[in-house]
Amino acid sequence: MPENCTYIARSSAIAARALAGEMMVMNSADSTFFTLNEVATAIFQAADGRTPLREIVRDRVCGQFDVDPEQAQADAEQFVAELSGHGILLVSNQPLAPEAR
Amino acid sequence: MTMAATQKVTCVEIGGIPIALSTCDDGFLGLLRQRYDGFLSTSRPEFELEFDLIPTGRASDDDVRVRREGDDWLVERGDFHARLNPRTGRGSVRQTANPYSLDSVLRILHSLIVSERGGFLLHAASAICRAPSASFDASFNGRAYLFSGVSGAGKTTMTRLATADITLLTDEISYLRPSADGYSAFGTPFAGELAKAGENCTAPVAALFFLDKGPENRVDELSPAEAIRRLMRNILFFAEDHGLVEKLLATACDFVTRVPIRRLTFYPDARVWDVVRNFERNFDRDFACNSQGVPEHA
Repeated sequence: MPENCTYIARSSAIAARALAGEMMVMNSADSTFFTLNEVATAIFQAADGRTPLREIVRDRVCGQFDVDPEQAQADAEQFVAELSGHGILLVSNQPLAPEAR
Repeated sequence: MTMAATQKVTCVEIGGIPIALSTCDDGFLGLLRQRYDGFLSTSRPEFELEFDLIPTGRASDDDVRVRREGDDWLVERGDFHARLNPRTGRGSVRQTANPYSLDSVLRILHSLIVSERGGFLLHAASAICRAPSASFDASFNGRAYLFSGVSGAGKTTMTRLATADITLLTDEISYLRPSADGYSAFGTPFAGELAKAGENCTAPVAALFFLDKGPENRVDELSPAEAIRRLMRNILFFAEDHGLVEKLLATACDFVTRVPIRRLTFYPDARVWDVVRNFERNFDRDFACNSQGVPEHA
């Protein structure tokens, strides 16, 4: 396993639906609501707990959108920190088992 | 020897959902009948709530807590404690004999009941408008327009500016349920600053306007994402329940795809209703139903 890997997984306590290219996400615990743009949606959908964030950014962001890789990685880390603060994403330095979500 | 006091019952039907309210207290029964006059019903109740009155208490600004306990919904705030089993339809409420707690309990229980049926309660004024050009069709009873926004956005102002040909459903809490060709709005007794219950009637929803006050009247399109952001911000929803949250989000997405949603910037005088009447006049042209009966969006 590479060092300094970040793994992300969607919390099981959320509801999410895609609408007009954007992802609508609602937290069941406190009813907070978020809309994710296309790039954020790509990261959110790839958050399976097994794929490192760096790989998600490389394949799902840099591979699909015209962005600077370093900037994309920094933006992704900021986005992940924000959503994990609201309980939408779980973050770990190890792969996340489905039951941990 | 203790003798059980006789329960007296009245049935209140809001949003087409009759709920029997029972109490031993004649004074409270009178309060119920007076407060929900216009919404009293002889329909067979779908739910039964038994009120247990406590002698003293306080009005509360505490946050309400809504959670599941087994099959039951538990609704708690500083001034009341309510329990409802949606499977059996039976429940109980413990509160003082004040109308504000009573309104809150009913609003919250209705929000839970209707959300399981694909509807929702919205922080919005609503009214039925019928364009003069439609008067040739005697069977056409008009369409409902919703005006939503945070406190101060203009919900009560819109209802105060309405002329006599407009039927007011509420100035505060709109009641929405899915129907064959979209959604229907129902009148509610839940009043805001207008301090007046809405008419107990229903109509298909024509449009939802999010209100902004401004120097002129204008209608602007909203993107689906912006529409759903605003919609979710104004839906009354309290439950900490994953299944119901999923259902509500699905309902909101469905509503956004089936009902035209616009931003209505308005100058607060009666001319704003001309904008609504104009929208109504052109409704059939702009939102003609397709073969599935679902309105097309402009």
